[in-house]
Amino acid sequence: MRHVALMANGVRHELEVEPRELLVYVLRERLGLTGTNVGCDTSSCGACTVLVNGEAVKSCTMLGVQADGTEITTIEGLATNGELHAVQQAFHDHHALQCGYCTPGMVLAAVSLIDSGAATDEAAIREGLEGNLCRCTGYHNIVAAVADVAGVA
Amino acid sequence: MIPAAFDYEVAESTDHAIALLGAREDAKLLAGGHSLLPAMKLRLSRPACLIDVGRITDLSYVLEEADSIAIGALTRHKDVTAAALLREHCPIVSHAAGQVGDPQVRHRGTIGGSLAHGDPASDLPAVILALHGELVARGPAGDRAIPAREFFTGVFQTALAPEEVLVEIRVPKLGPSTGWSYTKMSRRAQDWATVAVAAVVERSNGSIERASVALANMGATPIQATATEKAIAEGGSIDDASALAAEGTEPPSDHAASADFRAHLARVLTKRALEEAATR
Repeated sequence: MRHVALMANGVRHELEVEPRELLVYVLRERLGLTGTNVGCDTSSCGACTVLVNGEAVKSCTMLGVQADGTEITTIEGLATNGELHAVQQAFHDHHALQCGYCTPGMVLAAVSLIDSGAATDEAAIREGLEGNLCRCTGYHNIVAAVADVAGVA
Repeated sequence: MIPAAFDYEVAESTDHAIALLGAREDAKLLAGGHSLLPAMKLRLSRPACLIDVGRITDLSYVLEEADSIAIGALTRHKDVTAAALLREHCPIVSHAAGQVGDPQVRHRGTIGGSLAHGDPASDLPAVILALHGELVARGPAGDRAIPAREFFTGVFQTALAPEEVLVEIRVPKLGPSTGWSYTKMSRRAQDWATVAVAAVVERSNGSIERASVALANMGATPIQATATEKAIAEGGSIDDASALAAEGTEPPSDHAASADFRAHLARVLTKRALEEAATR
């Protein structure tokens, strides 16, 4: 077991983890942050995307021990004082979800994309979200929501 | 899917990583983990020990040297993509790094990890081969530079010795008469290349005088299209030279493509790559 100290949604956690525990399971099963979904479990679908030090990462392809000393944001940590994050609000406004399974990862990938300055037009948004799959194929409204927040709608 | 159990060590420095490699049985280095961890989850790889080099900060850099650019092995794809020195002096590397996986993968994956993994379908091995780059390995006896054409020895196999750590990648500065292209075909977003072609060409009076062409996923290692290169050197046209691109290759057949289709792709993509390189 290894000692790991990390910040999750602004809260400091210290825990003992087995080296093979994937970050997504540390978040879901140890910290109770079940908003992060496991989808394909092969680093393809992006459902498990969280922010590690502000950047989108697939938490099924990172060990919990690698997260020692990092700051993590999951979908639970985006809203502030009961107010949705701009990307969450835009997903709501544009009906950018159907079944909702991809939504937490999609929202966090979009936050990372917008924060990095790469969401410069519709094509860049589509390219920038290539690591996140929506099996309802609701991409049109997802892209519209991200473009709205990025100011390139 | 959960990897098989393993011991975990954090390397505080490159020397520490080398010492740990010598001290531990069946150990593998963990950098960004975006090739290794998926393989471990599928239990295709079950190392007894992972040595995490991801916290070594002095191997993440892009530096200008006299006639080359030096890239620290732990430089993440995202940082290679954005590196101004590479965009200016060797843009094929920054371009290709931006084609790896997807943004999440590029946030974690490193150039050294990708090269040391030795996957013949990866983007960067073919590019470094086409550039005749050098890979610097550090071991108990010190540093040695390995030419790219000697580095890739088989599927997931490289010339790195068990106690060596890949520390740096050196690529040449490309002059104004040098054109380049990285042309990739994959069926799905974020997928590996079905086939990809890296071309670096020397232009003179509007035509290609010399070409270095490397193919991804056309065999057990990234491989140079030597028949194409020879045809260009002898004054052949792009059409004639690219028709030879699959000569001497043994492409795999798998779910993505048959060997015949890969050979076809190699010819078509080489033509496109040479045409693009002739004008860029």
